[in-house]
Amino acid sequence: MIDVISIYKTFYVPHEVKALVDVSNKIEAGEVVVVIGPSGSGKSTFLRCLNRLETAERGQILVDGVDIFDPKTNINTVRAEMGMVFQSFNLYPHLTVQGNVTLAQKLVRKRPKKEREEKTRMLLEKVGISAKAKAWPSNLSGGQQQRVAIARALAMDPKIMLFDEPTSALDPEMIGEVLEVMKTLAKEGMTMVCVTHEMGFAREVADRVIFMDEGMIVEEGTPEKFYKNPDHDRTKLFLKQIL
Amino acid sequence: MNPGRQKIYSAGLFCKVRHMEQNVSNIKRLSNPIAYVLSVCGFLVLLFMVIGAVYYATVAVDYHWRWFKVPKYFMYKSTITLYAEGYGEIDTIVDNRDKKDITVTTDAGTRTYTVPKDSFDWIEGDMVSPGDIVASYEGGWKPGILAKGLWVTLKISFLATIFGIILGIIGGVARVSDTPVLKWSAITYVEIIRGSPLLVQIMIFYFVLGTTMNKILLMNGIPKLDPQWYGVMALSIFTGAYVVEIVRAGIEAIHPGQVEAARSSGMTYFQCMFHIILPQALKTILPPLAGQFINLIKDSSLLGLISIRELTKATREGITTSLQTFELWILCAILYLLMTFTLSMCVQYLERRTATK
Ligand SMILES: Nc1ncnc2c1ncn2[C@@H]1O[C@H](COP(=O)(O)OP(=O)(O)O)[C@@H](O)[C@H]1O
Ligand SMILES: [Mg+2]
Repeated sequence: MIDVISIYKTFYVPHEVKALVDVSNKIEAGEVVVVIGPSGSGKSTFLRCLNRLETAERGQILVDGVDIFDPKTNINTVRAEMGMVFQSFNLYPHLTVQGNVTLAQKLVRKRPKKEREEKTRMLLEKVGISAKAKAWPSNLSGGQQQRVAIARALAMDPKIMLFDEPTSALDPEMIGEVLEVMKTLAKEGMTMVCVTHEMGFAREVADRVIFMDEGMIVEEGTPEKFYKNPDHDRTKLFLKQIL
Repeated sequence: MNPGRQKIYSAGLFCKVRHMEQNVSNIKRLSNPIAYVLSVCGFLVLLFMVIGAVYYATVAVDYHWRWFKVPKYFMYKSTITLYAEGYGEIDTIVDNRDKKDITVTTDAGTRTYTVPKDSFDWIEGDMVSPGDIVASYEGGWKPGILAKGLWVTLKISFLATIFGIILGIIGGVARVSDTPVLKWSAITYVEIIRGSPLLVQIMIFYFVLGTTMNKILLMNGIPKLDPQWYGVMALSIFTGAYVVEIVRAGIEAIHPGQVEAARSSGMTYFQCMFHIILPQALKTILPPLAGQFINLIKDSSLLGLISIRELTKATREGITTSLQTFELWILCAILYLLMTFTLSMCVQYLERRTATK
């Protein structure tokens, strides 16, 4: 479904950083992939390349066979098929919860009013936040905001969901509610790429765990093998630090 | 920074600000109500002393204040006087409902005037000579020169505000874009306009652009444009340049995560701009924008120099006929104050409304 072929990304400002070095990977439809690694190892950059929020300077990414870095590709149609959830929620503060979930349905999917309202209602129910449909994002807890953000991404009926540390800005008691929603999604067969250090989540639903360090994929494997018996010293060291 | 930390940090900052506010208002608040009343009285006394001193000084130089003459510069009852056009006589005087028709035959021809009953004292057969008053009566209320000037100022300021906002938003969006043709055009526009005096720009618009354009229009058989339009153009383009910078600052203050969220859901750049960024930027844009439009109202006073009869020029003309120099200039200033004050009230209301979200 997503084919990442040897991508490189370097940032030059404020100083030169090799964020991605020769990263290749293949993500199949229905697969749940968890990406872990120390801070600054390029996890976010990798994820953001998948929907071209960053452009790789070398290499190719094919999404359903479409080269997303090709200037002829209409990136907006590709992005509409990929939902993204951010660490800092990024809800639109000038719109209500409902407005947040509805807006892109109207602008991008051009759904009729009735249909998008029905979709919004259904999704808010799914993430357990129907009661707050008319509330402003600033009046919600972090966990509630993140669940709205997930509903907002799902409203486009994406084929792939990208999560960038969705729980790391949350107070501990709210992490569970967000992970529950993510697990439900995974079990429904959604293709997911999640940057997260939540081992419980990875063990329960991930098909594959990728460990990144210094812009490279150091190791990958099934959660079983990865957490119990990693091959590389760097992986072992990192796991020891986060456990 | 880790967002968790940032949250704590901003919460701390918030407490600090609240704390400071409290301190400031504690210093401000006079604990004793009598002291407060006395202080208010002190202000009023000071105000009246200044006004009194000015008034006394003007009386000392023999200025005669005649405020009662001022209202006619706003509204006056016109008098209509009809004159005979040559030698001749009054032919007939007949009733025409509650009025009368006077027919006058002179060597210049026969004419019939319909006038009120009491506006003449001729009888049929009277002789008239040129210049004789056939009838004289009160017409309707007419706007005075200051009212007309005020209207012109309001009209020009309103139009320039609308065009200034349109220019400013287009320019501001161009200013933050990555496309060189847009970005550099916006920068050039802003730098040129902000780098030269408004007065000079008005002159260029009227005498250079205006002359050229009117000639071109005439060559194509189109009547030339009223100077007011060149005034509106000059002011819109001047204000627009400042609005570009205000809009740019407003856009840049929006958290980049907002753009990422919008773009990652497949919105185009312009959808993101008009549905996500600009609505949020409005809050930061509004206060400086109000200041800009208050300046615009005041700057419109320069347009008198290109023979647009706005409030300031109207005041000057009023003074040349009445010699009520002091009254009219003071009145002129008060009228500007009323306009700017109303505008700033409206904006404060809007600010409160956007802030509640
Ligand atoms: N927009 C950017 N500009 C400059 N440097 C960046 C930018 N984004 C990321 N980086 C750098 O790239 C490296 C990888 O960052 P990132 O992908 O965010 O890591 P992670 O998500 O694993 O913490 C870091 O060193 C970071 O400083
Ligand atoms: Mg990251």
